[in-house]
Amino acid sequence: MASVALQNLVKFYGKTQVLHGIDLTVADGEFIVLVGPSGCGKSTSLRIISGLEGATSGDVMIGERVVNNLEPKERDIAMVFQNYAIYPHMSVRRNIGFGLRTAKMSKADKTARVDEVARILSMTELLDRKPDQLSGGQRQRVAIGRAMVRDPAVFLFDEPLSNLDAQLRTQMRLEIKKLHQRVGNTIIFVTHDQVEAMTMADRIVIMKEGRIQQVGTPQEVFHLPANLFVARFIGAPEMNILKGHWRDGLVFLDGVAPFKSDVSSLLKSQPVLVGVRPDHLTVGGESPLFAGTVNVLEPLGSETLVYVTVNGTEVIAKASGRAPPAVGDVVSLSASAEDMHLFDETSGQRIT
Amino acid sequence: MAAGQSIKPVSDALLEVKRPPVPRSYGQYIRWLLLFSGGVLMVMPIAYMLSASFKYPFELYNLNLIPEEPTIENYTYVLEDGRFYQWFINSMVIAVITTISNVLFDSLVGYTLCKFRFPGRMFVFIAILSTLMIPTEMLIIPWYLMSKSFGWLDSYWGIMFPGLMTAFGTFLMKQFFETVPDDFIEAARIDGLNELQIWWTVAMPLVKPALAALAIFVFLGNWTAFIWPLIVTNDQSLYTLPIGLTTFSVEQQVEWELIMTGAALATIPTLIVFLIFQRYIIRGVVMAGLKG
Repeated sequence: MASVALQNLVKFYGKTQVLHGIDLTVADGEFIVLVGPSGCGKSTSLRIISGLEGATSGDVMIGERVVNNLEPKERDIAMVFQNYAIYPHMSVRRNIGFGLRTAKMSKADKTARVDEVARILSMTELLDRKPDQLSGGQRQRVAIGRAMVRDPAVFLFDEPLSNLDAQLRTQMRLEIKKLHQRVGNTIIFVTHDQVEAMTMADRIVIMKEGRIQQVGTPQEVFHLPANLFVARFIGAPEMNILKGHWRDGLVFLDGVAPFKSDVSSLLKSQPVLVGVRPDHLTVGGESPLFAGTVNVLEPLGSETLVYVTVNGTEVIAKASGRAPPAVGDVVSLSASAEDMHLFDETSGQRIT
Repeated sequence: MAAGQSIKPVSDALLEVKRPPVPRSYGQYIRWLLLFSGGVLMVMPIAYMLSASFKYPFELYNLNLIPEEPTIENYTYVLEDGRFYQWFINSMVIAVITTISNVLFDSLVGYTLCKFRFPGRMFVFIAILSTLMIPTEMLIIPWYLMSKSFGWLDSYWGIMFPGLMTAFGTFLMKQFFETVPDDFIEAARIDGLNELQIWWTVAMPLVKPALAALAIFVFLGNWTAFIWPLIVTNDQSLYTLPIGLTTFSVEQQVEWELIMTGAALATIPTLIVFLIFQRYIIRGVVMAGLKG
């Protein structure tokens, strides 16, 4: 096991800068997830950590070593790829044992190690099969097994669940999390799926256009988003954003009674963006903020998403799954002031 | 379904689907006719070769495919002539070595051009491709001058060197390596293999169909090569089969029946190679997007 540190990592592809000075420290044994939309630089960061690509400038440290000039094989890492990258011409046993080819171990030890990994991943009975005789989930487990067999200091996962169907993805998510709890190695996991990030990570790194937007626990990034991008990216459906105005400790929204906001950093009257998550905006409730007309309903079983037009703006709220309102109903929506997030209208940064 | 009612097995007759007759148009008949004609045109020379190898000289110019007085004397004569075996061995050695060389070096260059990014990569690739535009006949004089200056005339090396690597093979292999996902290569790199090990252990097994197709193309090309081996060799003991067969011609007479017999015998290895690997040829050609 080892910690990983990225120090002012910069990467150019030709004249295009894709990483703008990434600084990140991953603790020993931590499960960290890099998440962001396509092109945000998360996979590039992972590839630089793995040594498959070099940084234009900056340092990568694994443990106490600066590994900038080390080959991937010298970094004591293992990587699981999106397309599994298990060799179709080799059996599961050979695939899992492939990483031990260059290890200085006896053949018996290698076999024992492969058997042990297969047992942990419940794949013992599949060892003699070829990849084309396996399901998607089993292939992904082989790929994980190949990474595990070398017992590396750091596991790197590059969107490993993207090719699986929704049900299998949920199952593999749980398996990877359990695996981490069992083996305790440092894991850096890249995904574009915020649900994966929230459910698996000890800490989440949210990236956009080659810059880190926020690093925090799932609770922190959900409840205290650093900026508008994080607020919208984390959580589904995304946060409702409304234009408002802050003055003398009160927030004014069109058609809504002003409510109190205890932000200390604002000194003067200024326009703000007010964010409230659909999870915190309930239909009915004790402290109604807005009233609007229901446009669309999306029943999810335990709850129903309600799309309501308030003063020409569509907001999403949640209602009971058993007795939702009907389309066309005029409903009141309530939220508590502590669940309202204020963002600077110009910079998009959170106002605290 | 009512209680107690069981499902009866469907009789086999009911399962037999009667297909409606396929409507055939005139166009289809014309296509078949053209294909049949093409087939006959290609098979006729081979059939004549086989037929002639069982004929006496007096019957040779009779175009009947079935000899009136069939004989195996031609085969006895050719097989008893020790030179035939020497030429056969020469052809085999040259074809096998050039095939192995092409499989190794064409794939190595193709792999490098496909999977590595380095300055001048496209220039090298285009330079290799551009040699495909030069007819072989134009290269014979430079090849001959090179052979002469290096002292390779009348040697196996002299016969083989122009074909040890080919632009076509390099192009074919590069196209195939494009189908190997980079993730495989990178996974092996992380697993600690060096670049040569990755090429040999990971990439090569994934392009087996292409290797088989290339091997067949190169083997057949060298087995039947005529002009260059004819020019570069004077020593009869170094002749390949196609050249050796021409020695059955003398000043006043061409012994066609013996040439046809030798040619028929020479066809056997190529037929064996083709029959074993033909599915790879088709796959290879389809995947490379080339016309055969």
